[in-house]
Amino acid sequence: MSGFWTRNETLVAIVIVGFCAVAAASDPRFLSATTLADLARASIVLGILAVGAMLVLVSGGIDVSFTAIAVFAMYATTVLTLGTVPDLPWPAIFLISIAIGAALGAVNGLFIAGFGLPTLIVTLGTLSVFRGALLTFVGSERISSLPPEMRGFSRAMIARGTTEAGSFYAVPLAFGALVLVVALTWFILNRTLLGRSIYAIGGSVESARRIGIDVRRTQFFVYVYVGALAGLAGIIHGALGRMSDPFSLVGLELSVIAAVVLGGARLTGGHGTVTGTLLGVALIVLVQNSLIVVGVPSTWQSVVIGFLILLGTGLPAWQAKRAREAAA
Amino acid sequence: MTSDAPEPFVRMRGVVKRYGGVVALDGVDFDVAPGEAVCLAGENGSGKSTLIKILAGVEQPTDGRIEIGGRARARLDPRAAAAAGVLVIFQDFSLFPNLSVAENVAFATELRDGRRLASRRRAREKARAALERVGVDIPLDASVESLPVAHKQLVAICRALASNAKLIVMDEPTTALTEREVASLLRIIRRLKADGVAVVFVSHKLAEVLEVCETVFVLRNGELVARGPAGDFDAASLTRHMTGRDVPQAAPDAADATAPVLLRASGLSKAGAFENVELELRAGEVLGVAGLLGSGRTSLAKALFGLVEPDAGSIEIDGEPVPPGDPVAATRAGVGYVPEDRLTEGLFLAQSIVRNVAVGRLDAHATRGFVDLRALGDEAREWLGRLKVKAPDPEAPVRSLSGGNQQRVALARWLARAPRVLILNGPSVGVDVGSKADIHDIVRDLARSGIGVVVISDDLPELLAVSHRILVMRNGRLTDELPGGSVDETELGHRLAS
Repeated sequence: MSGFWTRNETLVAIVIVGFCAVAAASDPRFLSATTLADLARASIVLGILAVGAMLVLVSGGIDVSFTAIAVFAMYATTVLTLGTVPDLPWPAIFLISIAIGAALGAVNGLFIAGFGLPTLIVTLGTLSVFRGALLTFVGSERISSLPPEMRGFSRAMIARGTTEAGSFYAVPLAFGALVLVVALTWFILNRTLLGRSIYAIGGSVESARRIGIDVRRTQFFVYVYVGALAGLAGIIHGALGRMSDPFSLVGLELSVIAAVVLGGARLTGGHGTVTGTLLGVALIVLVQNSLIVVGVPSTWQSVVIGFLILLGTGLPAWQAKRAREAAA
Repeated sequence: MTSDAPEPFVRMRGVVKRYGGVVALDGVDFDVAPGEAVCLAGENGSGKSTLIKILAGVEQPTDGRIEIGGRARARLDPRAAAAAGVLVIFQDFSLFPNLSVAENVAFATELRDGRRLASRRRAREKARAALERVGVDIPLDASVESLPVAHKQLVAICRALASNAKLIVMDEPTTALTEREVASLLRIIRRLKADGVAVVFVSHKLAEVLEVCETVFVLRNGELVARGPAGDFDAASLTRHMTGRDVPQAAPDAADATAPVLLRASGLSKAGAFENVELELRAGEVLGVAGLLGSGRTSLAKALFGLVEPDAGSIEIDGEPVPPGDPVAATRAGVGYVPEDRLTEGLFLAQSIVRNVAVGRLDAHATRGFVDLRALGDEAREWLGRLKVKAPDPEAPVRSLSGGNQQRVALARWLARAPRVLILNGPSVGVDVGSKADIHDIVRDLARSGIGVVVISDDLPELLAVSHRILVMRNGRLTDELPGGSVDETELGHRLAS
């Protein structure tokens, strides 16, 4: 295969290692279970959303509505649970949120796969509609007294303890959800014909039709799946933040897409991997949470992220251009 | 058909296809035997694409009978046609550029087998078996976008073989290939034939494929006008059947050696492209530049128009120096350039035909920044008429036109500007035989009206048909100058390649 060294994944991994080395040199406490646990915690919601966004990019589309779906699913689920069965066990609460997300994703799928409308335009529209409908019809007040099971979930930990230096660390159970999502998505994309069809459609819709791939069904699946992931990410966001805030999450979509693009997915479709996406997320989370450790003021955050995107997507593009010119 | 001919694999009888009031196919018979190679020839619009689409199940015939493998097929859809063993390789190959060779080969069969889980191992096995059948070696894990065109075509052939193809239809298979690649394709076709696979070539580049074909079918205006053993046809007779007329290969009239020099290039050099190019073009002259791909011919053409900035040398129009590397200045000085790849460099494909012509004349119809759209459109339509652009609707996008008509639109845009010098790079690439002759007529007429024309091409008969003088370009240098009337194709070919 052409060049392990020219892949985005490698590039991002090198930047991550470099960043950690500098951070560790500036502050030895950086390399600790506490930092790692904090980063893991911060990657959960971003990571689940990014895996979904990656899937859409691979299929040749782009989705900007998933944050609106996430916040809609989260808030509607909280309101619904509190108003009916406040003691509902958390897996049931999660399923409700996932189902709401999938239903909203199906709306996107209907417009995109059913009517063949451009993905960016459809999801720009639904972003606005979902968010507006949430604030108008469901509610616009922050809810800080969540159902008891959601609070219980946020306190459940996979691992917790105290480092030798005496600082406390904890990895929440929700991290398991990210692991599951990653494993499931990897399996779908790489081991099922449905997943390969998503790549095929991203490579060439016309060719896909000609060899008999059901393009509409595949696209519909993509948007429903992404909606379901958004529903999951939303409810986890609410649980971990111990508050259901209808104004949160929306606005995050570009950071998520940035992480995905950083991880090697192309806006033109057909390219993107789960590994790359996770690396992209890790880098963005690292920059968002630890820039201060290496002595860069946190106001520089978005500048650094923007620069990384330019570097991460520009360098491979430039290499590809040079390779083409050398061949011509 | 004679009685001792083998039982055909495909038998089409009296196939009719109407689109609204337009008859695309009018009672066509078509047969292909197992292991036979057939050439289906015809100009654009002759109905050959329609026939192929019906055979592939993409279009349904209005009337007629189709038998595949001895069974009558009342309704044929793409899946049924593929299941019966008929696979079409379209000109764009319909591959997935982002997927591996193995996956591209195996994808369709995996779908057909109703698999849910993907297996790399199974895909590689299928791909390896198919590649062995054609006898070529392509890395199975390479992504298809990294392959050269010839290999992409082989991947498409392998995909058809993996799907148990008994008949492979290839649409314009040689257009994008070099001579050597064509030879290797023909070798593979022979191998497939020996294997019992039938092949149909759909082409208007004919001579190349004739040697592997047993039978030729020629369509014109939806009717079968000729069929017979390939040995009975040669390039000239095929052209006659396709166009219904003899395409004259008239030698151009002598150029006026006393006419003023319009374009002069001296000492033109560009590292890695061309070196020390000297040329003169007189009014009313057609100057041919013959060069193979990679000879620097396209860079030179672009340099004359200012699209490539030369490292050294100068260009004069009408005795006035033109700043190098400045296409706007070149246009002002009266130079026009029609690129080889009009799809990406020459035309605004999604825009209307009229607009494509009119865009060259915006400045002439503008006063203080406002454009007189009516006058602009009228002038554009007039030029479309003069160049006989066949378009049902001048407001339709250029994309909808055939290659020959697109080239006329590109020409019309420049002619509307009344240029002094016109540089044509590969003027008839991707253009059918009839339109090609028309374009040559246009070039000769332009020269007669006093325009200087530079024609850059590797199509030797074309150069011989239009040029007064021919310059031979090799490895970036102009190595020979030949008078157009006195040289023949073999001689020119020798000078080009030696």
